[in-house]
Amino acid sequence: MDLLEYQGKQLFSAHGVAVPSGEVASTVEEAVAAAERIGFPCAIKAQVLIGGRGKAGGIKIAADVEQAREHAAAILGMDIRGPRGEGPFRVERVWVEAGSEIAAEYYASVILDRGEKKLLAMVSARGGMDIEAVAEEDPAALVKQHIDPTRPFTAAEARPIVDAAGLDEDVRDDAAAVLAKLAETALAEDATLIEVNPLIVTSDRRIVALDAKVTIDGNALYRHGELAEIDAESVEDPQEAMAREKGLTYVKLDGNVGILANGAGLCMSTLDVVAQAGGAPANFLDAGGGSKAEAIVDALTVIVSDEKVTAILFNIFGGITRCDEIAKGIVEASGRLDLQVPLVVRLDGTNSEQGLEILAGAGLANLHQEKTMLGGARRVVELAGTP
Amino acid sequence: MSIVVDGETKLVVSGLTGREGSFHGLRNRAYGTHLAAGVTPGKGGQDVEGVPIFDSIREAVEEEGANTSMIFVPARFAAPAIDEAIESGVHTVIAITEGIPVLDMLRTYWKAREAGVRLIGPNCPGVLSPGVANVGIVPAQFFDPGKIGVVSKSGTLTYQIGNELKQAGEGNSSIVGIGGDPIVGSDFIDILTLYEADPETELIVMVGEIGGDAEERAAEFIAAEISKPVVAYIAGFTAPPGKQMGHAGAIVSGSSGTAEAKKEALEAKGVRVGESPTETAKIAVETLRA
Repeated sequence: MDLLEYQGKQLFSAHGVAVPSGEVASTVEEAVAAAERIGFPCAIKAQVLIGGRGKAGGIKIAADVEQAREHAAAILGMDIRGPRGEGPFRVERVWVEAGSEIAAEYYASVILDRGEKKLLAMVSARGGMDIEAVAEEDPAALVKQHIDPTRPFTAAEARPIVDAAGLDEDVRDDAAAVLAKLAETALAEDATLIEVNPLIVTSDRRIVALDAKVTIDGNALYRHGELAEIDAESVEDPQEAMAREKGLTYVKLDGNVGILANGAGLCMSTLDVVAQAGGAPANFLDAGGGSKAEAIVDALTVIVSDEKVTAILFNIFGGITRCDEIAKGIVEASGRLDLQVPLVVRLDGTNSEQGLEILAGAGLANLHQEKTMLGGARRVVELAGTP
Repeated sequence: MSIVVDGETKLVVSGLTGREGSFHGLRNRAYGTHLAAGVTPGKGGQDVEGVPIFDSIREAVEEEGANTSMIFVPARFAAPAIDEAIESGVHTVIAITEGIPVLDMLRTYWKAREAGVRLIGPNCPGVLSPGVANVGIVPAQFFDPGKIGVVSKSGTLTYQIGNELKQAGEGNSSIVGIGGDPIVGSDFIDILTLYEADPETELIVMVGEIGGDAEERAAEFIAAEISKPVVAYIAGFTAPPGKQMGHAGAIVSGSSGTAEAKKEALEAKGVRVGESPTETAKIAVETLRA
């Protein structure tokens, strides 16, 4: 789960990392009132889960009330796309923040290094820009050190990388302390990514986190009540919200071919094969192992609630999942939901014969059986037409 | 020969008294796996269909000679259960449980490494050595004994490919599900090493997916250390960045962990990558018979 900037900053603040004071607002009036309390200049910052907000016009500095109103009105409700075309993300909230006088911009992060199976702390004196580009251009500018996850990471241990990164000497102690606190935050809050870019030195020589990018491990939310609440409220897409309520693993995509498969790997593979056949998948939906009829009804309900869907592919390879259960689910769903779109079904594996018999016996209109995954993909693309 | 589980495997199942644990544990026994014991704290002295239950894994090791542990306990209790297994004296721990917090696994990973215990999973379907032993939830009916070793991050995708190999008349030395979490006990490299040393294995099929860099690391390793042919498949070309695709580890972060990058890394080292599960099985069969 990714946190919005202001949520990340609240987490930092709770762990003793300095952040500028600010307030969150979801209307122009709220934003203006917040700006008046905070004082000028202040920053109006779009709260969306994507980088490159500044370039997209999602961050503006207001020198007075009129500008605060103008910027809040422009930013709230705008659609922001990520640098790789992600999104669009609609801006529902802005963070109104006290302006900072910046003497220097650094970079600091603590991330899960999957390859090395450790946490990794990183520091650079070249913050405020795309850190991947910095690392590519001048690898020595990004100093890294692994962290032992079984014990606290101290400021004394952080000091050598702060030195190596060449931060201003007078702030190195503070910067090392901040890095230790970021590591503490990661360990205490089950964060797999904490990135501060920029980590600034203010004109009065304090170290302040001016941005916050935080990812929390979804598997650990059960032990973080407040973060779990944020997670529960974070789903904005109607299909994703419905799927979550029904306990289904669903990801909305842009296309018109609805997809249901069992198992995450097979489902990803099904999306790929549909795309290779010239189609555009509308979603990822893993019906899971041991799927029962009721789960199929739920899954179809979610898929067809997306109005873009013009045909659906069921790709089931039954292992623990029994194809006869899936077939019963399809028949039941067809009776309960007035399905308007063609359904292509490929059943293979455990009890596939019985499953196919159940489907044949039900005589469902608009149901097409295919023997193979590739055959199913081609057929559904044909039936779905162009999106 | 086969890898990870074989005729010497004496299995102890943590969670054998639970619904899932008993269903799969007894299925594994029916397949021919030596199911030595079950463990549920507080239920020591009971039995599940004749399988003795102990309060701790160590007791199962001491009393029944168990050497392989399977973990079927719920996610929030699973990391301590794996830790217990690591310290119990078994040489192999296979963790099926999905949903273990990743920082817990980070600590458990190093515990296993330091103890010299082989950890497979978590969030994996387990290991099947066709005709010999099955530890986990892999449906054995889709796999015959044979010469192809399979290592995969995904369960059903592996069944799909295994079934296509079987229909083509080929079988498997072992099927190892390494799991779809960001931190797993054994990576592709660990299992490739075992297949390289296994005389029965003549070809390796590696099934990867988006997220992390295990496939890229495997590509380097294959070029340097593996003499047997490797055929790969990667899932997730259509996955949008930043979205978790079912598995906790299946996520493209920024520009890293993409299927495209993994495919390119493997192909650059001479590993053929199938476009679909079907094509992957076909390439494997052709390569094996060439």
